[in-house]
Amino acid sequence: MASVEQATASIPGIAPNRRASTRVWQLIRSWPVIPIMILALLATFAVFAPLLANQDPEKGNLRVRTVPPVWQEGGSREHLLGTDQQGRDIWSRIVYGTRISLLIAGIVLSVGAILGTALGIMSGFFGGLVDEILMRLVDLTFAMPFILVALVVAIVLGQGMDIIIVLLIAFSWGAFARQARGETLTLKERDYVAQGRVAGGTSRYIMMRHILPGLINTIIVMATLRVGQLILAEAILSFLGLGIPPPTPAWGAMVSDGRGYISTAWWISFFPGLMIFLTVMGFNFLGDWLRDYFDPRLRQASQ
Amino acid sequence: MQRFLIRRLIAGLVVIVLVSFLVFSLSRLAGDPRLLYTDGYTTADSFEELGRQLGLDKPFIVQYALWMANAARGDFGVSLSARTSAINVIRERIPATLELTAGAIVFALITGVPLGVLSAVKRGTFWDYAGRIFALFGQALPPFGLGILLALIFAVQFDLLPTSRRGDWSHYVLPSITLGWVASASFLRLVRSAMLEVLDSEYVKFARAKGVNLDKVIWKHALRNSLIPPLTFAGVLMGAFLTGAVVVETVFAWPGLGSLAVKAVLNNDFPVMTGVVMIFAAIFVVANFLVDILYAYVDPRIRYS
Repeated sequence: MASVEQATASIPGIAPNRRASTRVWQLIRSWPVIPIMILALLATFAVFAPLLANQDPEKGNLRVRTVPPVWQEGGSREHLLGTDQQGRDIWSRIVYGTRISLLIAGIVLSVGAILGTALGIMSGFFGGLVDEILMRLVDLTFAMPFILVALVVAIVLGQGMDIIIVLLIAFSWGAFARQARGETLTLKERDYVAQGRVAGGTSRYIMMRHILPGLINTIIVMATLRVGQLILAEAILSFLGLGIPPPTPAWGAMVSDGRGYISTAWWISFFPGLMIFLTVMGFNFLGDWLRDYFDPRLRQASQ
Repeated sequence: MQRFLIRRLIAGLVVIVLVSFLVFSLSRLAGDPRLLYTDGYTTADSFEELGRQLGLDKPFIVQYALWMANAARGDFGVSLSARTSAINVIRERIPATLELTAGAIVFALITGVPLGVLSAVKRGTFWDYAGRIFALFGQALPPFGLGILLALIFAVQFDLLPTSRRGDWSHYVLPSITLGWVASASFLRLVRSAMLEVLDSEYVKFARAKGVNLDKVIWKHALRNSLIPPLTFAGVLMGAFLTGAVVVETVFAWPGLGSLAVKAVLNNDFPVMTGVVMIFAAIFVVANFLVDILYAYVDPRIRYS
């Protein structure tokens, strides 16, 4: 290795970088620094919400309506990011809202990814009628306009976090099933699967030990990339007034609250919107990075 | 090829039937439809009579079959709020949504594809990062947030463009951008990665070695082969547009199917609501079928598998 470094040291562009700014840049390019920072921030918010929030996130004080953020004229130190039209503290609502968003995304993804992957592997492995039925069901979840079904369900069954979670699971398992099935179809033709068979492995054993490890990376990447979509979907439902019922602090609903005040009190919509943006961005970046990391071809290309 | 298309066609029909069954069950779950048509002052007799008219005395599956038979002819019942047939209410709204979707597609194509090519050709430079930031905004900003932000900047701050309802061309700008940005971001990413792969291929190297002009290689040889992934994505995109239309139309008070659906749901107007859901599902299935045909045409491997 040493000789290679010596040989390349004189070539501009390949030579080891010495400038500190370049080294920071290299670090950012080779490790997911920004997403990890965002996720650490979110985790802190979620875990320490009661300590970080200095006001009740659900109860407002009508005497302090639409107070601007602390750095603006008329801002108060009591309300770091200002208050909304009901006098509720935006900062405290954002901090507690993190819990809601992450909780929903966490439950939906763990159930959706596990269920979808299990069904997808079985579908690809056994084929036949089960495969046909499952894949038509997946097509169905893709062909249903999600928002409309969610609207109908919210009217018929009422609003609530449990209903939102079930809905989101119903619409997210399909992508995992389709992906897992596709990869199972290729993986089951591999020699080591045939050898596992010859060695007397049961179907269950082969699926768990030979097929699942082959596609788990893709599933992890998919799940990470899905977090953003889920948070957006939940925010859209809350925005349309059919998500998590008030006064629970949900980011989407907070953006919606401030719609009528956008020219007079921009901070009501802006900060929760920013949180949605940062969260989705963080998970998308992490997903992209994981995909490159798990794919040796791409890993070499980026080095 | 024919077998492939017939299979896809049957699959699409199955999806339509399943969607319709789900929608019908949900609307029946919502409660006795007679309560929606009456005001509480009707006699028990006329209540029963109405039940017979609506076919409520028949078993559930027969009710569904009857409803489905009517729906296939475009008859979804009488709108409860407009008091005319639901399909008329829906038909009036279709052009607005189609125009909005067309505007969004145009925006997505004229921004996403060239920026994707640019960031692949100039990989690692300023253009690449500018493209990625552009894509980032499309993918990570919630569509309603983007809409509000655009309205704040271009309408409230600079008073350049109108923010609501249909009108001359200027009314189309903000809603189309809001709806199209996500698609543009997806196009950009797909075109970029496909271009990177194609630019590295033997035939592009050969064309370059042969002395073909660089621009011609990029825009003709490479781009043409990089359009297959975005093409397959177009089917998925259709679904995203229809869902996005609900949000964008709500934000910009756009008189299309999306805002109609939200209104119908809030008013318990089930005939209109089921009609819109069915039409959305039908558009989606047809779009996917067309994409399948196109895809099989472009990539011969699909035809025979």
